[in-house]
Amino acid sequence: MQVADPILQTKNLNVYYADKRVVTDVTLDIVRNRITAIIGPSGCGKSTLLRCFNRMNDLIPTARISGQVLFEGQDLYAPSVDPTEIRYQIGMVFQRPNPFPKSVFDNVAFGPRINGFKGNIDELVEQSLHRAALWDEVKDRLNSSALALSGGQQQRLCIARALAVQPRVILMDEPCSALDPIATLAIEELMRELSEEYSIVIVTHNMQQAARVSHFTAFLMADDTRIGHVVEYGESRQIFTNPQDERTEAYITGRFG
Amino acid sequence: MARDELTGSRAAPPQGNLFRRRSWQQLLPERIIKITLILCTSISILTTVGIVSVLLFEAVQFFGDVSIFKFLTGTKWTPLFTSQQFGVLALVAGTMLTAVGAMVVALPLGLLSAIYLSEYAPDPVRRTLKPVLEVLAGIPTVVYGYFALLFITPLLRGLSEDIAVFNALSASIVMGIMILPMVSSLSEDAMRSVPRSLREAAYALGSTKLEVSTRVVVPAALSGIMAAFILAASRAVGETMIVAIAAGQNPTFTLNPLVPIETMTAYIVQVSQGDTPNGTLEFRTIFAVALLLFAITLLMNLLSQYVVRRFQEEYE
Amino acid sequence: MAIISSGDFSRRMNRRKWQGRAFHALCLLAISVALGMLAVLLVYIGVKGASGVDWDFLTSFASRHPDQAGIKAALLGTIYVISITSVVAFTLGVGTAIYLEEYTARNNRLARLAKLNIANLAGVPSIVYGLLGLAIFVRGMHMGQSVLAGGFTLALLVLPIIIVAAGEALRAVPASTREGAFALGATRWQVIWNLVLPQAFPGILTGVILAVSRAIGETAPLIVIGALTFVPFTPDSPFSRFSALPIQIFNWTARPQAGFQEAAAAGIIVLLVALLVLNAGAVFLRNKFQNRDGG
Repeated sequence: MQVADPILQTKNLNVYYADKRVVTDVTLDIVRNRITAIIGPSGCGKSTLLRCFNRMNDLIPTARISGQVLFEGQDLYAPSVDPTEIRYQIGMVFQRPNPFPKSVFDNVAFGPRINGFKGNIDELVEQSLHRAALWDEVKDRLNSSALALSGGQQQRLCIARALAVQPRVILMDEPCSALDPIATLAIEELMRELSEEYSIVIVTHNMQQAARVSHFTAFLMADDTRIGHVVEYGESRQIFTNPQDERTEAYITGRFG
Repeated sequence: MARDELTGSRAAPPQGNLFRRRSWQQLLPERIIKITLILCTSISILTTVGIVSVLLFEAVQFFGDVSIFKFLTGTKWTPLFTSQQFGVLALVAGTMLTAVGAMVVALPLGLLSAIYLSEYAPDPVRRTLKPVLEVLAGIPTVVYGYFALLFITPLLRGLSEDIAVFNALSASIVMGIMILPMVSSLSEDAMRSVPRSLREAAYALGSTKLEVSTRVVVPAALSGIMAAFILAASRAVGETMIVAIAAGQNPTFTLNPLVPIETMTAYIVQVSQGDTPNGTLEFRTIFAVALLLFAITLLMNLLSQYVVRRFQEEYE
Repeated sequence: MAIISSGDFSRRMNRRKWQGRAFHALCLLAISVALGMLAVLLVYIGVKGASGVDWDFLTSFASRHPDQAGIKAALLGTIYVISITSVVAFTLGVGTAIYLEEYTARNNRLARLAKLNIANLAGVPSIVYGLLGLAIFVRGMHMGQSVLAGGFTLALLVLPIIIVAAGEALRAVPASTREGAFALGATRWQVIWNLVLPQAFPGILTGVILAVSRAIGETAPLIVIGALTFVPFTPDSPFSRFSALPIQIFNWTARPQAGFQEAAAAGIIVLLVALLVLNAGAVFLRNKFQNRDGG
């Protein structure tokens, strides 16, 4: 799929854990200010691919990559690039809510503080919590522990925490897999709203969710020879109603995975 | 169960009650074993009862002759002189001086070592260094005492002539090295139990490794680290041989680490080595001092357990 | 959109990177100081004492003349005392651990109290155990300042170490092992003796060796119960008086003559070698048992 002005691109990207290749030859353009879903059966390399976009894979000692990952046309893996600077511009929300064992306020303020934010921190925290649709629920308990919040609230707090550094892209790694249906709905609504300002890449194993929230969908698969290669990539409407590849069709109709 | 019961004819169902009560021949050994095990368990409880009652029994007799108020507030300790004074603060000061000095050494070195092992060291390096560091904790304290008196003290005296042959500084330094593995090992355990997901969250916000370590991991592990510090400090308070060898036998109410002092433990050793007769007031002093020592270390141990329980974060 | 201007950010980024490297270096320095001290200590002792360790040193009694002084009595005293300590502490410690782990429910209040008590006993200064031994064994039970009293005192001292280690080893045996045997009609003790203990044995053994290592180096409690510092005889019964290796080292260290300090260093070498052999043995045995279980 050709994209005019992609925010993120991968070119012939391969990822290896030790000697095992877990992402194979992925070339993908991510569309600006849209939600892109990466779907596929478990173990197909979805999360690993996502973690290439903010170089979180660097934290795994045995991981290495070949090929390119471009952000605004710049190679993220160029020797001159510090992963810390990338992560400041490309935020991430994880599979399970992982608030710090600090107050609600300190969780949201963490990113701006370490990055040397000099403006009005109260305002920034409030604004971020508003955007994450959490402000009304926590405004009276900003100084109590984040661990006291419910699972759904914790995950929105983690989104607020990611938003507070005002990244360009938000990566979401199965953000609703640990949440109940109501909390999931709240997060999905939030994602639609956020997509007006942010580019979002979401990994999900939930096809209904991908169909509901995303504009574009990439389907990844693992077979005997190749783990984590893209079978099909296109507009979500087309992928879910009229898939071009029979493996995609088999997967979305629930015949495997 | 007998063999023939198992292999016997299937046609005839067993007669009588299928669930016979086990006979007393079968039950008796089980009973005896259980009682034996209970007796074993009671030994550790009796040990505590024994410690408390022995110390109290002798100390109560001691406090019949010496005012407990004077004991706890006096700063002169001369029970073996003709003009006897029983101000235990002189010994307490010596104990605190060496223990605090040991913590000044062990705390930063131990915490930084723990951060290195938990956050920075590659896995093979960590697996090699950790047991080597633990060797420090396995060396008998009398060896440390030797090292303090005959290696560290001459070294210090080379730096400044104001330092006495017996001094708290040398003992503190060596004691700090001795309790360092305790600080680092327990702190590292606490840090490693901080979920990986918290580190990832911090990295994903653009933190450097330093920021992840000091602003997320250490605060999240703080209860465990605090408990480690308190436990190590308690160990320093109760440590005997290093101070008995290197710190001196001069009960002095001072905060000067360069002069000879005497700790509570060293005093007990001093009296035990001498020929003070049993049952005398002089001899009973060691039980009174030991009671105070026991109370201080017990409080510190309880505090450390409380800190772990009270402030531990519950992760799912 | 960024909350920080890019100029500010990169200036700050440089500083943060620099701080990160400095901190990394600081951590490395800290652990190097600790390990360096260990190295200095071992080398110093080695240099001072190596020449003193020979057959005569091991087989001579203590002497007023440093060059004739040996550790025969101290070494044998330590061996006798530690033998008693090992047997007593092993029996009591494993028995206690079995009772607390296998016979009491997890939320049993008495058992929890017993465990809390054991945790606190582990933190009692060793010299206090000396006073306990002095009052109970030496005087109360009229054992005198004997090998037996020393062995019992040290056994109580290291008991918590064995109980905790054995308890952990027992807890590590999966519940399915016990359930499987109970389902076949085995009694509790049959299950423990035939299934649980063999599986927990390597862990228990490690705990015992840890405890014995601790006991070998203990000095203060033995001083308090009245171990001798100058013994021209070897203990011939559990009731004879004795010296011990750490006591002998302590005594020589405290003397001003350089000759005795070298003898002390030689004694330390013997002590450390004994500890090394013991711990190497533990590692060896543990590996052997683990392999047997695995294969």
